[in-house]
Amino acid sequence: MEKGKTKAMNYEPVMGLEVHVELNTKSKMFCKCSADYFGKEPNTHTCPVCLGLPGALPYINKEAIEDCIKIGLALNCSISEVSRFERKNYFYPDLPKGYQISQYRWPLCVGGRLQVTDNSGQEVTIRINRAHQEEDTGKLTHRGNETLIDFNRSGVPLVEIVTEPDFKDVESVRDYAKKLQQIFRYLGVSNADMERGDMRLEANVSVRPVGQTELPNYRVELKNINSFRFMVAAIEYEIKRQIAALEKGGKISQETRGWNDDKKCTFLQRSKEEAHDYRYFPEPDLPELQIKPDEVGKIRESLSELPWDKQKRFVREYKLTEAQAKILSESKELANYFEQAVKHGKEHGVEAVQIANHIINKKINIEEILPTQIIEEIKGKKVGIVADEGELEKLAEQSISENPKAVADYKSGKEAALQVLIGGVMKLSKGKADSAKLKPILEKLLKG
Amino acid sequence: MKLTKDQVKHVAKLANLPLTTEEEERYSEQLSKVLDYIDQLNQVDTSNVEPTFNVSGQSNVMREDETAPSLSQDEALQNAPKKENGFFVTKGVFEEVEGSA
Repeated sequence: MEKGKTKAMNYEPVMGLEVHVELNTKSKMFCKCSADYFGKEPNTHTCPVCLGLPGALPYINKEAIEDCIKIGLALNCSISEVSRFERKNYFYPDLPKGYQISQYRWPLCVGGRLQVTDNSGQEVTIRINRAHQEEDTGKLTHRGNETLIDFNRSGVPLVEIVTEPDFKDVESVRDYAKKLQQIFRYLGVSNADMERGDMRLEANVSVRPVGQTELPNYRVELKNINSFRFMVAAIEYEIKRQIAALEKGGKISQETRGWNDDKKCTFLQRSKEEAHDYRYFPEPDLPELQIKPDEVGKIRESLSELPWDKQKRFVREYKLTEAQAKILSESKELANYFEQAVKHGKEHGVEAVQIANHIINKKINIEEILPTQIIEEIKGKKVGIVADEGELEKLAEQSISENPKAVADYKSGKEAALQVLIGGVMKLSKGKADSAKLKPILEKLLKG
Repeated sequence: MKLTKDQVKHVAKLANLPLTTEEEERYSEQLSKVLDYIDQLNQVDTSNVEPTFNVSGQSNVMREDETAPSLSQDEALQNAPKKENGFFVTKGVFEEVEGSA
């Protein structure tokens, strides 16, 4: 073991990532079928275009193109002035046309970069080769000698983001994938839920002796892995497997592997003895896209503030620590919540830092507690909070009798109406009621 | 330009066509002739001609992101040689896991 360990130090991983993200547009990429297919009855979201029937012609969804450009801009890519679709030809029943409409030589976005944090906490730059627009395939279910096909997903807009082989450790891969997910959600272009398959990762993993500058002459593709955790585990396993094989003087074959979480190992899915030959050629059914700088400018202006910009601004504007700013900018919703609370806090002499601490330390559930309430909570701490259940119940009853409309709304199923009643108690208690205890009390009274 | 038998096999595989040995011979002859014929185009000097990717001459033809009704499940499946519970059924293809790429 010891010997193996010292020898292992002589190899380093060389990895690149391909990320597919399904856009959350209303309609599909090239037809007007609804793109909201998840959990729907099979083959109920199709038409001649996405079924690949002869004579059907594709028609580009403008929103999808804009979303792809947004992703490219967020990743510091250049947006191509001229972009074209191509046909990627291969035989597989998830593609009814016999080809996928994709992009190859003229992708929408090229040459970007993203900063990520590596194993040792250092910032490293990952170069983005391209972000291009394509269409998703149908969904296959394998069953013995037969395969079942559902074409609801066929033609849903998909963006593929390809990096250069710049990853040298697992942590930077994990951070990259997390950051992309965060970007997609901030931009509002995808829900980026990995379990649902909105976001899919593929890693190309190889190892080389430290000091070697040229790329290894093989790569193992890790595919069909639907969580961050499994991807990290698969990469770690794969690096060890490959180093062990090379140390024994073996060769590693070019192949696709999946992850078996029960056995905690990668397994061969497909060997790639010959190179892919997709015979890409320009899609004759689609006119080219000419993207003018002023259109790109408009899209750039419409971009919401990105997580890292928000983080920097929080440090600058509200004097938060880096760590606080990072937590509070994790999602757009949380960041907006914090800023609303800050605005309200200003009127009541509560500092932004106090609010940040309160949200983080108390792990405030932003869906249940209003930003104004946490100001009351913070103030309450100063002047004595009303936490006595009997007293709270009295206040709750008073609030219920003063707000008949909210009560009626709540009883008709509008749970949000509860906030009005909570607000009522807050007013009655001059902001001193313990809002965490209030909710169950109100619910009990309303149901009783 | 003579196509080798291996090239013919490769092209047949890409096109998902099963060929007999006799066909491989025959097609290697025929395809070579087709290529020679097409090769005449190379006599034209196109160094100053922009490639034509699309004959319509249009660009930026796009639609708004709006939905329209889809086919019903029955309509979608009506030409399927084999179907089951709303799915198309085909020969098992697990061997070549491709997925979306």
